[in-house]
Amino acid sequence: MSIIIDQLNYTYSPGTAYEKQALKDISLVIEDGEFIGLIGHTGSGKSTLIQHLNGLVKATGGSVYYNGADIYDADYNLKELRTKVGLVFQYPEHQLFETTVLKDVQFGPKNLSLTPLEVDLRAYGALKQVGIPDDLIDASPFELSGGQKRRVAIAGVLAMEPEVLILDEPTAGLDPKGRDEILDQIAKIHDERHITVILVSHSMEDVAKYVGRIIVMDHGRAVFDGAPKKVFSHYKELEGIGLAAPQVTYAVNALRERGILVKTDATTVQEAKAAVLAVWKG
Amino acid sequence: MPMIQSSDLTFEYIRRDEEGNVESITKALDGVSMEIKKGDFVAILGHNGSGKSTLAKHINAILLPTEGTLYVDGMDTKEEERLWDIRQTAGMVFQNPDNQIIATVVEEDVGFGPENLGVPTKEIWKRVEESLRAVGMYEYRTHSPNKLSGGQKQRVAIAGIMAMKPQCIVLDEPTAMLDPNGRKEVIRTVRELNSREKVTVLLITHYMEEVIHADKVIVMDDGKIVMQGTPREIFSQVEKLKSFRMDVPQITELAYELKKAGMPLPDGILSVEEFVEAVGRCCDVGGRR
Repeated sequence: MSIIIDQLNYTYSPGTAYEKQALKDISLVIEDGEFIGLIGHTGSGKSTLIQHLNGLVKATGGSVYYNGADIYDADYNLKELRTKVGLVFQYPEHQLFETTVLKDVQFGPKNLSLTPLEVDLRAYGALKQVGIPDDLIDASPFELSGGQKRRVAIAGVLAMEPEVLILDEPTAGLDPKGRDEILDQIAKIHDERHITVILVSHSMEDVAKYVGRIIVMDHGRAVFDGAPKKVFSHYKELEGIGLAAPQVTYAVNALRERGILVKTDATTVQEAKAAVLAVWKG
Repeated sequence: MPMIQSSDLTFEYIRRDEEGNVESITKALDGVSMEIKKGDFVAILGHNGSGKSTLAKHINAILLPTEGTLYVDGMDTKEEERLWDIRQTAGMVFQNPDNQIIATVVEEDVGFGPENLGVPTKEIWKRVEESLRAVGMYEYRTHSPNKLSGGQKQRVAIAGIMAMKPQCIVLDEPTAMLDPNGRKEVIRTVRELNSREKVTVLLITHYMEEVIHADKVIVMDDGKIVMQGTPREIFSQVEKLKSFRMDVPQITELAYELKKAGMPLPDGILSVEEFVEAVGRCCDVGGRR
């Protein structure tokens, strides 16, 4: 069970003056249960790529297989695919529309021909999982704080019980604590529900801390793919494409250049701390 | 005369029901007293809902104090007849670049502000050119704004403010919607305007790395100023900052963690260079290279 992306190409407005190739020959295998960070500067093709994974955009070349089935087959059920692959857009709170938090989260599962009880259970479960307290479920979504609204919007997708959860910059505009809270909750959901999570992010620090695999996009191509340590060891190349490594990766490399023989593969504060202490304590 | 001065500034958001009865009162600002000197670069930190944006909106009189006063270059923002002077003195740049650009060509967008101030045409073009050069967007003057990157759009928005020749620019999370490159572009531009054009800058942000070069950092919580000082003074207080839902730059956190583990490092390390220097000294002294 996996997502296989095979030689995927996508061109916007082909045959017009605005023709632009957004994806170029992308081939990737995403296994069940992976926690992936998708990084790249604005315009690198990240958002275009994720919109292919639930069939919102159809490739101009290549194929996408979901659990072995070609999603571009004439009789493939795209509607069902969209319930399995949940996409949380940027600023998802702009899509809240119902009169209460609960109703908003119920909206998705209500369209899945479930019994009212199942709909309720899913909505309550999803709200609990994103950490919305019970006393807020009958409030208007518009009365909540920015971080709470965002979590309600994520709950709306979770209530669909997707097998793959894709989040496009879920922490944009939140304060530091709010960022940590959302990411901790996503990590918890990944662990508890055993689902695949793809996190699109501009924060290298966050990606290094949470994900097991990083895919780096540049000009429509996947240019690096691997564990954070491996990808961030290319920090000089990453800079060349407008990205960077976490600050601590620079710190350990700079120490090494100064002749202090620390291990240079640290990508988180804890790893860097261990590397520096190992040398200092001898 | 300070650029901005507030004393006991209080602002209440009052919610009313359909009959007009008061339903609830939220104190968004609660007795804020502060002073910002001309030419300073001041950063304001605070979690979502701490009152930062409400404060910013007082500076160009979009909001007026419920209690207390705010002076912009000596003008009381409550004096209605000074409104346009105040807004010309303190310009604002907001979070979303797409909401601030109105014209179809970059230079027309930048000229919109001075045009409304009744500036003579020749002078407008001079200002447009100067402002676009100051933000490094002059080559794009005939482009359509919707083809620009987020960072470039934000720089055009800043040029639009600069063309009104303000003494002070207030930027409310100008980088929140940008990628790392766009963030760097905007922050570099703002720092240059501050150092070269001597514009007073008030930067509201959630990104700790953006404030390490500020002259002064103000931390807000629950409508009050809870910390203020130089970046080094502020970022030396890791636990206190975290209690206000803030963070420190990753390198500051690493140094703090190492210090807790026994390494004799100074407080408030702000850059990789300082860190390497300080750790190097520790390791050299111990002879453990």
